[in-house]
Amino acid sequence: MGTRASAPRAPATISTRVDKVGLRPKVTRAIRAFVVVILTVLILLPVVWMVMTSLKSPSDVVAVPPKIIFEPSIESFIFLVTERVQFPTRQEADEFRARDDLKWYEEKVAERGQKITRVGDFPKQLRNSFIIAGTSTIFSVLFGVLSAYAFSRFRIPGEGDLLFFILSTRMLPPVAVTIPIFLMYRELGLDNTYFGLILLYTTFNLSFSVWLLKGFIDEIPKEYEEAALVDGYTRLQAFRKVVLPQAVTGIAATTVFCFIFAWNEYAFAAMLTSDATRTAPPSIPSIQGVGRIEWETIAAASLVFLMPVVIVTFALRKHLLRGVTFGAIRKG
Amino acid sequence: MATIELMNVEKKFGSSYAVKPMNMTIHSGEFVVLLGPSGCGKTTTLRMISGLEAVTDGQILFDGKDVTWLHPSDRDIAFVFQFFALYSHMTARENIAFPLQAQGEPRDSIRKRVEEVAKMLRIEHLMNARPGGLSGGDQQRVALARALVRRPAAFLMDEPLGALDAEFRESMRAEIKRLHIEQNATTVYVTHDQIEAMAMGDRVVVMSAAVVQQNGTPAEVYHDPANLFVAKFIGSPGMNLIQGHYADGKVALPGDNHYTVPADWYTAIHETIGRDGDIILGFRPEAAHISASGPIATTVYTTDLHGSYTMLHLELNRDTIVDVRAGRGTNYPIGTPARFDLDPAMVRFFDPKTEAAIHKGGNP
Repeated sequence: MGTRASAPRAPATISTRVDKVGLRPKVTRAIRAFVVVILTVLILLPVVWMVMTSLKSPSDVVAVPPKIIFEPSIESFIFLVTERVQFPTRQEADEFRARDDLKWYEEKVAERGQKITRVGDFPKQLRNSFIIAGTSTIFSVLFGVLSAYAFSRFRIPGEGDLLFFILSTRMLPPVAVTIPIFLMYRELGLDNTYFGLILLYTTFNLSFSVWLLKGFIDEIPKEYEEAALVDGYTRLQAFRKVVLPQAVTGIAATTVFCFIFAWNEYAFAAMLTSDATRTAPPSIPSIQGVGRIEWETIAAASLVFLMPVVIVTFALRKHLLRGVTFGAIRKG
Repeated sequence: MATIELMNVEKKFGSSYAVKPMNMTIHSGEFVVLLGPSGCGKTTTLRMISGLEAVTDGQILFDGKDVTWLHPSDRDIAFVFQFFALYSHMTARENIAFPLQAQGEPRDSIRKRVEEVAKMLRIEHLMNARPGGLSGGDQQRVALARALVRRPAAFLMDEPLGALDAEFRESMRAEIKRLHIEQNATTVYVTHDQIEAMAMGDRVVVMSAAVVQQNGTPAEVYHDPANLFVAKFIGSPGMNLIQGHYADGKVALPGDNHYTVPADWYTAIHETIGRDGDIILGFRPEAAHISASGPIATTVYTTDLHGSYTMLHLELNRDTIVDVRAGRGTNYPIGTPARFDLDPAMVRFFDPKTEAAIHKGGNP
């Protein structure tokens, strides 16, 4: 510094803090906002496109250039939940439309010269997805919490090896084991059963949930349970009253991740399920239109399929934000 | 209140000892401090008493009853942890009520006892706060309340003040001591802070390297340390220990000094190291007094003013510096000569081979 320390100095009018040196805050903020907007658009554009497509009428879907402004219609959702046939002749269609005992949705479909024959397969497939993804998530988290607690708190002979073994089930890409699993399942009669897929998804998720939850439980000082043990509680009571409430964040994060995996899983579901147990993911791309590819129906299916994950994630968002950063930071 | 007896209790991890076989009796109503540097086995000992850690051998008795293999919850003890271990998802009130709920107390009686103990610790105004919003001292008060509320047979405290700021530590020390006197509860208290141990304990058990070095009253461990470790560990600074050579009733000290051993020590010294042998002379800083006619000649190395007194660091030779306490009135410039004498009642001798103290009345 050129000035002597003793020389009188004018009070500083600009900050000289290192973190404040640089572009003026307004410019920085503008750049930051711009980047955020670009990222948001990139991520949301496909979703917005999907939502728009699902609300378009069949003719608007294939319009060139694509229509940004259009008259919304919920036809696609009616198509999604129904099985329909095309009237063979125009005359038959008109006669059918003229009937006055038609429900509003039957009328909508009749405008396209179609007749609803029965409820479609999609609701059932969605239900299958719920049963399989939900049950396997519950099992993955339940077993995950129990074994993570054991690994975290007790001296287990060969602990490192066991944990590695659990993780090793994740090391093969699933495609590499699809054929063997398919053959095994056929032999055991597990193909095309709820139990088969639940077992498979639980197995896949368990390695993940044990490791993730172990990280969370390791962070809970063991003095908490010890205090409860001394205070007159059994190990199981201490676990339930002291460990579980403190592990909520980790459990929530694990639940979301397990659910998303099981909900989205495609390859095994496509191979191991057929009519009765088919889940939603493999059925969406194979939605058969009547006389053409019903893009709007596929978009509607995708949208409906997306909702549960959005809802689960949203419901647990408070825990998730802490959850995804929590395990990473070690307390001293 | 319970009497706690440890009989040949030991803890091994693999082949190494965390606590070597130890025997100790903690009488009903006594405040016993386990003192030692970290890793000396004091916390392991406490955890074995609590049942949180299993013994590898030996027996633990509470009031004559064998509890060695009882679950912690069946021992009727309360444990206070260094980091409080308050449940962050419960309010202070719920935390304090938690141990009573385990016993299935009726709700009215829980509320009454929680109020009582809150009043005793003066935390009534904090009862609805969660631990995260409390200061360290208040958190530890809540933790103490949680321990007290059950009226256990014994309190086990593992460095309860270790995580507190210095100012809280002083006042909490007084509070815990006061609580102990009011409750007259058997208390085992672990700390590495010798000042805390001296201030609080009815009895201090000094541990090092998995072994009990000395078990005595604060005055005993301070004035009559059993060995060199205790002599150095207790007191701040610890006891001055000077290597010397004993012959003909005199100890030759570094810097051509000679100290004439008080006659009542002759027998004990001759019995242990003989009439001619190496010896260690020990004395507390306050056992020395500066005097022009003193037998030990030194030069002033540095001095520190401690408010009510001055601590002189005096050099016998380049390798031997002793700490001597002096009044604050006189000035001792660095490098000037100073002589001192020792209070004959306060000198101690140690055998350098065994590191054990030499006892005037023969070895006990």
